[in-house]
Amino acid sequence: MTACASYNFAYLDEQSKRTIRRAILKAIAIPGYQVPFPSREMPMPYGWGTGGVQVTASILGPDDILKVIDQGADDTTNAVSIRQFFARTTGIRTTTSTQKATIIQTRHRIPEAPLAERQIIVYQVPIPEPLRFLEPRESETRQMHALEDYGLMHVKLYEDIARHGHIATAYAYPVMVEARYVMDPSPTPKFDNPKMHLSPALQLFGAGREQRIYALPPYTRVVSLDFEDHPFARTRFDAPCALCGALDAYLDEVVVDDAGGRMFVCSDTDYCAGRRARAAGPPGAAT
Amino acid sequence: MRTREIPLLSAEGLTKFYGDRLGCSGVSLDVYAGEVLGVVGESGSGKSTLLSLLSTQLRPTHGCLQYCMRDGVVRDLFALGEADRRFLLRTDWGFVHQDPRLGLRMGVSAGGNVGERLMAVGWRNYGRIRAEAVDWLARVEIESERVDDLPTTYSGGMRQRLQIAKNMVTAPRLLFMDEPTGGLDVSVQARLLDLIRGLAADHGLAVVIVTHDLAVARLLSHRLIVMRHGRVIETGLTDQVLDDPREPYTQLLVSANLRG
Amino acid sequence: MDATDTLLLELTGVTKTFVMHLRSGAILPVLREVSFQVRAGECVVLNGPSGIGKSCILKMIFGNYRADSGSIAVREGRQWRDVVTSSPREVLRLRQGLIGYVSQFLRTIPRVGALDLVVQSARDNGIEAEIARERAAELLARLAIPQRLWQLPPATFSGGEQQRINIARGLVATHPLLLLDEPTASLDQKNRAAVVDFIRHRKRSGAALVGIFHDEDVKRQIADRTIEVSRFRA
Repeated sequence: MTACASYNFAYLDEQSKRTIRRAILKAIAIPGYQVPFPSREMPMPYGWGTGGVQVTASILGPDDILKVIDQGADDTTNAVSIRQFFARTTGIRTTTSTQKATIIQTRHRIPEAPLAERQIIVYQVPIPEPLRFLEPRESETRQMHALEDYGLMHVKLYEDIARHGHIATAYAYPVMVEARYVMDPSPTPKFDNPKMHLSPALQLFGAGREQRIYALPPYTRVVSLDFEDHPFARTRFDAPCALCGALDAYLDEVVVDDAGGRMFVCSDTDYCAGRRARAAGPPGAAT
Repeated sequence: MRTREIPLLSAEGLTKFYGDRLGCSGVSLDVYAGEVLGVVGESGSGKSTLLSLLSTQLRPTHGCLQYCMRDGVVRDLFALGEADRRFLLRTDWGFVHQDPRLGLRMGVSAGGNVGERLMAVGWRNYGRIRAEAVDWLARVEIESERVDDLPTTYSGGMRQRLQIAKNMVTAPRLLFMDEPTGGLDVSVQARLLDLIRGLAADHGLAVVIVTHDLAVARLLSHRLIVMRHGRVIETGLTDQVLDDPREPYTQLLVSANLRG
Repeated sequence: MDATDTLLLELTGVTKTFVMHLRSGAILPVLREVSFQVRAGECVVLNGPSGIGKSCILKMIFGNYRADSGSIAVREGRQWRDVVTSSPREVLRLRQGLIGYVSQFLRTIPRVGALDLVVQSARDNGIEAEIARERAAELLARLAIPQRLWQLPPATFSGGEQQRINIARGLVATHPLLLLDEPTASLDQKNRAAVVDFIRHRKRSGAALVGIFHDEDVKRQIADRTIEVSRFRA
């Protein structure tokens, strides 16, 4: 698709992109630290991924290949809109393949296929501040981060155990970055947390409404918070994916009929399709 | 009561102006380990300003404040970095607010409230944190079954006792209290004062307590300072000041107080 | 033994005047140039009509009232300390190990039982919890306070019972200098005798006592000297 001529490359003007890239650089220099940035007006409302879109827009080059997913799927409305938005304003190639993409913009999931060096994953973040629900004052939370005053974070986990017998936080599970900053990994399921640790890819986080950017440079240590006697445990699923048989992927529950029938399938559509394609391939191919 | 040569906290010429308005002026005092110092005066006397200055929550316009750290070194508190000051306020010190809602997290369970300081200094074992919280709740006479309840379900007196437990859990050496019995029923006050007195004696705690109630001052404090219009007008042992008041204002205060 | 070795308390030229600011600064002189000595092992009784300033003298020795001038010297080991010029904390320290006081009225504390009140007094004077409890129990028993009352706060007790608890508070620690303000006022014959016994015992152990007693019989039994306070009337 050729770029729409009346818009600048990737919609934003070069000055804005420069400003955002500066914020990104600062974020990379201080892993896990929330850098304020002046959020621009985008042609989609707040709450629809404007932060992620601005980050992607600022780093896209003509040779990039973009993948956009929403809850792991390339074909939901949001993913499709954002992908088409970039295609129209840049003319770059897009893909659904995790391996082929150079930039992956995601809402609420990390792809199952491991990422490589030179790949960039951009997360859409609603509320960047992990302490927000316990401490509503911005002035206070800034002090807490500055002074490594994180007792409150463990209070949240304590409350979970007291109320539910275990740490009930299932997504947006807080992590400690390089043993310095506590970070909200965005509303990805805690299942995905271990993927962030020592990832070869560059991970960028954009929150448009809250006007914050943060980042994890490649090979950053990311540890999920927990207690000694209640260690972090990944979610385990009871059954494999109903379509491709994967045992180690995050599964979505899909309702199949009006009688309440359901099945569990991979949330990462590309991963599932890939596994199915290989399974149907030449004999001897790995499943 | 132990006598220490070096005061735990030492204030010299503390003065605070809010624009043109005087908060307090030229206050010098010492607080020693294991003693309870009462600050009495009517509203507008500057006693709350003084407490905020002493606990470094306000910066003075003039004057200095020194504190003897656990390692024995005396430090100028306003020359300390913010991180160090906050650390002190969370471990070595406690602050009990008049309104317990200011000193508690009302959306967090009692156990979480008491455990917060422990978690802030690195405790990472849920079982031990909870056990410590239950222990302290018992010491402030709150039944252990209430450990998971929110403070919104607690009565005023219970909330105040919870606030005390929350502060005591890191074995502070200095406790600041701002009218801790304000707004409580008389019988509830008695229970609270009993608790405070016991804790101060048993733990060798130094306490600076601001109160307008002379009966509370008489019951709890060893020494007393009387404030009026932002200045200290009289000081001495509690029984000296209340039984043999010398300043006109002190005499007025004592005579006006029915129970003092 | 040299007379000066047993000297424990010496008042010299002590003066006290009250200024009643609430009555337009009316000046009320009470005592002028009070001077006397007290030695270890003796009991000095302050005599005089009501209102003359007997309690005032005791309170100044204890540091409760502040003297306007003069000196109140108490011997601490080999050193002499002047209560009049001592700082508040120094006075507290003197009270802890040196100067004991049995006041006229018991000050009750809500919710604290009789035994605990006595224990608290012992602990305030540096006595360990275990020993404090033992001594407190012993004293209350000797002063005929029934055990069933020990856990109850004394606010509702009779005047005599309260006074006995007060005495126990004053006697539980062994102060070298003991001040007694009408300790037998509300007591019956039997209990008065018990208190006299205590006082005699203290004297024999070398304590110096200064007291105000209204009962002539008690005075006769324990007083070594009497001082007429009207001599010092301002």
